[in-house]
Amino acid sequence: MIRLTLDGEALVLPEGTSVAAALAASGDDHARSDLAGRPRAPFCGMGICQECRVCIDGRRRLACQTLIREGMEVERTR
Amino acid sequence: MIGAGIVGASCAHALALAGLSVRVVDAGLPAATSAGMGHLVSLDGSAAELALCSDSLARWRALAPSLPASGAYHRCGTLWLAENEDDLATADDKRAALAMAGIGSELITPTRLAALEPLLRPGLSGALRVESDAILYAPRVADWLLECVGITLERAQVTALEDQQVRLADGRRLGARVIVLAAGLQAGALLEGLPIEAKKGHLLVTDRYPGRVSHQLVELGYGASAHAGQGTSVAFNLQARPTGQLLIGSTRQFDTLDPRVEPALLARMLERARGYLPALGAINAIRAWTGFRAATPDGLPIIGRHPEREGLWLALGHEGLGVTTAPSTAALIRAGVLGEHPPLDPSPYRFERFRASAPADGQR
Ligand SMILES: Cc1cc2nc3c(=O)[nH]c(=O)nc-3n(C[C@H](O)[C@H](O)[C@H](O)COP(=O)(O)OP(=O)(O)OC[C@H]3O[C@@H](n4cnc5c(N)ncnc54)[C@H](O)[C@@H]3O)c2cc1C
Ligand code: FES
Repeated sequence: MIRLTLDGEALVLPEGTSVAAALAASGDDHARSDLAGRPRAPFCGMGICQECRVCIDGRRRLACQTLIREGMEVERTR
Repeated sequence: MIGAGIVGASCAHALALAGLSVRVVDAGLPAATSAGMGHLVSLDGSAAELALCSDSLARWRALAPSLPASGAYHRCGTLWLAENEDDLATADDKRAALAMAGIGSELITPTRLAALEPLLRPGLSGALRVESDAILYAPRVADWLLECVGITLERAQVTALEDQQVRLADGRRLGARVIVLAAGLQAGALLEGLPIEAKKGHLLVTDRYPGRVSHQLVELGYGASAHAGQGTSVAFNLQARPTGQLLIGSTRQFDTLDPRVEPALLARMLERARGYLPALGAINAIRAWTGFRAATPDGLPIIGRHPEREGLWLALGHEGLGVTTAPSTAALIRAGVLGEHPPLDPSPYRFERFRASAPADGQR
């Protein structure tokens, strides 16, 4: 099992889980907010739509294209 | 009006404000207006280019308070970046040329440049700051210009230009006393002998990183690249969108109508951008696309009456500057159509300039 944090909260999930799946597993799958502050969530799951942008260890990444790693810090972007 | 891009929309708006009843027909084809950057910039490739820019920028400033917020007009100014002493000399020439047209600008020292734009790499030689340049979101502004009393907009394709009427794809004919051809690159399909050529350009936009860049940043070599007659060129051009996104350009390619993004060229463009703004290496791009500029041989648009065809007016060939120069184009068309005194000398933009240079050509 792999431990990571999502907006500071601890999550423990199996190896091979994508960050997008981790968002869903947290009970609130939203990844970011649009300009008007409305929540956006992963949509295509294959790196095309760009809806799943989150901040991973300080860098903007696609949640659906990134696998979780031990100690990873994920933050939803605003 | 054939075409509802920024040029057609501006012309329709100006004619409607003059009291004419304007029918705009647009086929919804890929348009430069929706692909471009929307930098309102004073270029000085020639006196006629600068005259058009300077007149247009004043018109955009006057219109700015009326534009909708979604038009995203923002007077961010341009910083023309100098990499070396030669560039600084170019910057000073540019300053003098702009001053002749009444446009203020100032040379910026490296220290001041670093304070204005801290993300630029150290070691640049300085910059020319043109405070009156601006940006806007052209597709939205075009739509807004068309929401004007006196304009009706129709989605239809014109398939033939006839005498004071057009034929539509569905077989209908529409007649008008005045027909303005503002169909951008596709105008060539309706009128033979137009000297316009496609110049492909790549753009890329990033995720939102607000507050990192405040001016439109352009390398001084851009002018040279923009006016190059052939070959593929890449020049650094970056715009901070009001959303915090960074819009990065651009490339110029001839002899292709293939709209696909070319990864090798995109990589060259981004490498160039990173050479100026190293921080770009760590930020996330979300989309890249291409567009086509409609270029004439002398880089100036074609604005004015068609020399032979009754009632036909041309407003096309604005290459990489059509968002900037749309308002003056519209003012020239309005003055011509109504027989008013033109706001600036119309002769450098007339179609006839391409005819006169080929007197021996019997086909004309
Ligand atoms: C990558 C790139 C970056 C650019 N950056 C800038 C910039 O920073 N600043 C700037 O000022 N300019 C810029 N430009 C240039 C600018 O975008 C164009 O000059 C301008 O948009 C041209 O507008 P237009 O209305 O003439 O043509 P278009 O926007 O191409 O519109 C033509 C319209 O005519 C319609 N049409 C065509 N044929 C027919 C037909 N047969 N029947 C009916 N309708 C028809 C089309 O559907 C289309 O809507 C850039 C261009 C590109 C490609
Ligand atoms: S969900 Fe579409 S890019 Fe990640």
